[in-house]
Amino acid sequence: MEKPDRRSFKERSIDFPWWMVIIGLLIIVTLLLIINTPTFNEAFITMRVGIITTITITLIAYGISLLIGLIVGLGRVSSRVVAKNTATFYIEVVRGIPMLVLIFFIALVIIPGVINFLGLMGEWFIGIGWVSVGEPLAGVNIRMVSMSFRAVIALSITYGAFSAEIFRAGIQSVHPGQMEAARSQGMSYGQAMRNVILPQAIRNMLPAIGNDFISMLKDSSLVSVLAVRDVTHLARLYAGGSFRFTEAYTTLAVLYLNMTVLLSLVVKYIERRTSTNDES
Amino acid sequence: MTNPNGDYMIEIKKLNKWFGDLQALNNVDLTVQQGKVLVIIGPSGSGKSTLLRCINFLETPTNGEVRFMGNLLVENDKNLNNNRAEIGMVFQSFNLYAHLSILDNIILALRVVKKVDRKTAKEIAMIQLEKVGIADKANKMPLQISGGQQQRAAIARALAMQPKLMLFDEPTSALDPEMIKEVLDVMMLLVKEGITMVIVTHEMGFARAAADEVIFMDYGKIVERNTPDGLFKQPKSDRTKLFLSQILQNNQ
Repeated sequence: MEKPDRRSFKERSIDFPWWMVIIGLLIIVTLLLIINTPTFNEAFITMRVGIITTITITLIAYGISLLIGLIVGLGRVSSRVVAKNTATFYIEVVRGIPMLVLIFFIALVIIPGVINFLGLMGEWFIGIGWVSVGEPLAGVNIRMVSMSFRAVIALSITYGAFSAEIFRAGIQSVHPGQMEAARSQGMSYGQAMRNVILPQAIRNMLPAIGNDFISMLKDSSLVSVLAVRDVTHLARLYAGGSFRFTEAYTTLAVLYLNMTVLLSLVVKYIERRTSTNDES
Repeated sequence: MTNPNGDYMIEIKKLNKWFGDLQALNNVDLTVQQGKVLVIIGPSGSGKSTLLRCINFLETPTNGEVRFMGNLLVENDKNLNNNRAEIGMVFQSFNLYAHLSILDNIILALRVVKKVDRKTAKEIAMIQLEKVGIADKANKMPLQISGGQQQRAAIARALAMQPKLMLFDEPTSALDPEMIKEVLDVMMLLVKEGITMVIVTHEMGFARAAADEVIFMDYGKIVERNTPDGLFKQPKSDRTKLFLSQILQNNQ
């Protein structure tokens, strides 16, 4: 039996998440609009396919960025000069450039540059007689690399820097005595990292990883500038074609809000679970 | 101390350790014979923990030599890990792996370092937990048991690797007074088994009972080295006398 709450209405109302109720109402009102109003309905149907694109791009790019983050984060805490400086260089460069500019730069400068380089390599291989290696390389063309793919790479590289900082903070949050104990038992640095440090670091990182994922879901709207048909791009197309800005952008905003609110509830749940584990 | 066979467990020559401008160890020479128990005492900041941590290279000496069973220890050397596997270490703050149960704490290094299969590792772990008297806590997480029990688990974790040498870095300093005895009792058990030990401690009663030799350190140097009786009853240097009188005052 739970104890009856004896606090006054005013006291209880301070803790109650009214903001969540209001968001919930907003979402319900918009859903009703979408169901009952033909123009809202049209806007939603135009954008529907984009939701899947947005979620797919976010999931793939976040997966890759976590992998980059792990490697770069390990470099950041490494005592090797080259690894440490390479990692820090990457993080500082990415964080020092606006995300929009970085997405243009990676998708339209770096990736075509790499493709051109591969083509030149291919011709060079053919020149020295390694035709079987050279021909497939020389045949690579920038048109073969879709904008969606470039968008995923651009987002991954950008968010890789943020993930790396999360990994660094997570690793440094583990008490140094843990590494000492592992090394004193004869484990190598790598064995100690894998078996002792990272399992604890990742548990500490989970809320930050979740929040970063939500940020990326929102920032994935930036790839619409590369004409990737995500939900933002489709909303812009619909608004531009029909001049129904209210319908297009209200629906778009509420769609994002839906996704982020759901995700942040998941993150809060994880946060609560990990913190109660600590107390037990 | 002369040793005709020259079979020292630890042989330290001209060891220096600098932390920036601070010299923590100043030309320290030290030998420990197999089967002996050496206790290091001294005021805080005297370099006694640093000396202990240099023995398994948790702290890399600035210069000087450390030999373990005749092997010269070298930083970033593959043999260093092999040597460390044979040196058990017990820390002031226990340092049990926080994400693993007591049992898994003991099993981990057996599996990762010694490549023992899980079943055998579990058997070894349970034997050691019996020995330190906390077999019933095997499935608890470190934070679910008391400090004394955690420290005994840490000792069991070190013993499971069948070390040739055990290092204790102030093993009872982080414990509540009523838990000190249970840890010292376990350590006394090891003394009777004849395992080579180097112990940094402030427990003078334990030092007197357990040690074959006691060294007093101050300002990164070994000031005095003697049998426990000799050092506690007839300290030669004034600094040792001062330190001992202060310790005894605190204990009364």
